[in-house]
Amino acid sequence: MSIDAALRGSVGALKIDLAMSTAPSGVTALFGASGSGKTTVLRALAGLRRLSGWVQVGGATWQDDAKRRFRPAHKRPVGYVFQEASLFPHLSVAGNLDYAWRRRNRTKGGHRIDRDQVIETLALPKLLDRSPATLSGGERQRVALGRALLSQPSVLLMDEPLAALDRRAKEEILPYLQELATSFRAPIIYVSHDIAEVSRLADRVMVLSEGKITAEGPVSEIFERLDLGPELGRFEAGVVLTAQVQSNNLTYLTSTLDVSGQQVVAPAAHLIPGETVRLRIRARDVSVATERPRGVSIRNILTGVITEIAAEPKTAFAELKIDIGGQRLRARITRHAIADLGLRTDQAVYCLIKSIAFDRGAVGKPRPNPDG
Amino acid sequence: MEELWSPIRLTLALATVSTLCLLVLSTPLAWWLARSQARWKEAVAALVALPLVLPATVLGFYLLLFLGPDGPGGALAPYFGMRSFAFTFEGLVFGSILYSLPFVVQPLRNAFEAIGDRPLEVAATLRASPLNAFFTVAVPMARPGFLTGAVLGFAHTMGEFGVVLMIGGAIPGETEVLSVSIYGFVETLQWEKAHILAGGMAGFAFVVILAMMMLNRRLDMVGR
Repeated sequence: MSIDAALRGSVGALKIDLAMSTAPSGVTALFGASGSGKTTVLRALAGLRRLSGWVQVGGATWQDDAKRRFRPAHKRPVGYVFQEASLFPHLSVAGNLDYAWRRRNRTKGGHRIDRDQVIETLALPKLLDRSPATLSGGERQRVALGRALLSQPSVLLMDEPLAALDRRAKEEILPYLQELATSFRAPIIYVSHDIAEVSRLADRVMVLSEGKITAEGPVSEIFERLDLGPELGRFEAGVVLTAQVQSNNLTYLTSTLDVSGQQVVAPAAHLIPGETVRLRIRARDVSVATERPRGVSIRNILTGVITEIAAEPKTAFAELKIDIGGQRLRARITRHAIADLGLRTDQAVYCLIKSIAFDRGAVGKPRPNPDG
Repeated sequence: MEELWSPIRLTLALATVSTLCLLVLSTPLAWWLARSQARWKEAVAALVALPLVLPATVLGFYLLLFLGPDGPGGALAPYFGMRSFAFTFEGLVFGSILYSLPFVVQPLRNAFEAIGDRPLEVAATLRASPLNAFFTVAVPMARPGFLTGAVLGFAHTMGEFGVVLMIGGAIPGETEVLSVSIYGFVETLQWEKAHILAGGMAGFAFVVILAMMMLNRRLDMVGR
């Protein structure tokens, strides 16, 4: 069951005009700055607002203006998680969950979900008798997630479910979302403007800019492109790499990982050797050197070849794309440094990665490729 | 004693029947006023609010014409086996509904507006039809509004005087409500009886308003 849609329409000054298509399962991130129209598109898919065009999910037509068909929101088997948990204040946690369960989607193709398992997985049993007013932000969003899942949706739409939460609450929920991303057997569309979240959760990314899709593809491919600076934001920009766990060092609590034949050391000693993990390395955490440096605290020095240099106009900075043996790194350095070192494409360089770049959050779980 | 009990019974009956009718009528009206995008809805809202500022005698005068044997309302009376609705209990109910309408519609409208779009959108994504969402989300969330509306409607109907006098007169057991009989007792210098009824009404009003405020606070705390 995949989602295919073509939508057009104006929201104030914003003109939305896009065609999209998701894989039958896996997480598609709808990524873009605020005001790029991503929430509007998500709401149109759910039937909460009207844009012109058509929407098809699996074999079913949810909207087709040419045939004057528009299926109202309450007849679409979507699970929708809003930015604010939006629990019903007049019902207990159990009441909120039951509201969804009683009205669950019973059509074929809905993701079969076991009620008790959802409640167990999201650690909700202790909250069941509580009133939503007494819950913390993270707890509330967990209930909202459970509520959306219990409706047994054919597609799951999430509108920045973590944006309203503080850092701690985010870290509390992300593991549940990661688990969901690998186990949910139907497409998930995840709206976000947070690169770190998208790196951890998504399989594919659609970059939305001023109502149009400007780039689309697998996460690793999109995040290594240097030309998407304005859309992705430069400060958080970075690549997603896959790596195999080789060994753990229990003295220093680090893990040695293999990235395209080169070794890196990350502070994450609980990994299973042989496991494939995702690493996120921000461009600003990578420096380059033309000779192998000695006597530095940085443990991770990879060799690579510069494949692309992109100066950021009207700033002191430039970005390099460096091939490290099949996968690519991005490095954000000053234009001054490029001139001093005489860096050019096809030049061999050493990439210095601060260990801190491998924070625990960036080591994501592997998942089956939805395209393959 | 009967001359005291008769207006009390009549007034309570009138207020109860009117409040029930008011809730049934005001709920869809307030919902529409809260949710509609229609440009002329404020004109409707102003019409509903008119009794707030209109002298009761003005409203009563038009109601008298409307309900009388020659008025359009009166023309329906024969179907109910009556000559006219003026000077009847039914006529009083009709007048009370119009007169107390803003006191029920306004709190309900406020309560519905306070809910906002989001809970209804959530209900829709959980596959509740609009009607189902209305009864399972909007009505329970607007509970404080229903309580306030019912209490204000009831209390306001109990204290109605001008309209009753215009369209009901003072027929004992039929249209002579508390406020009218107090007026009658004062006119005939029966101060003691006037005192009993007037003091009773003042005390009743105080207790009702106090109870409503306390209940609303509790509902508020439970609802949040």
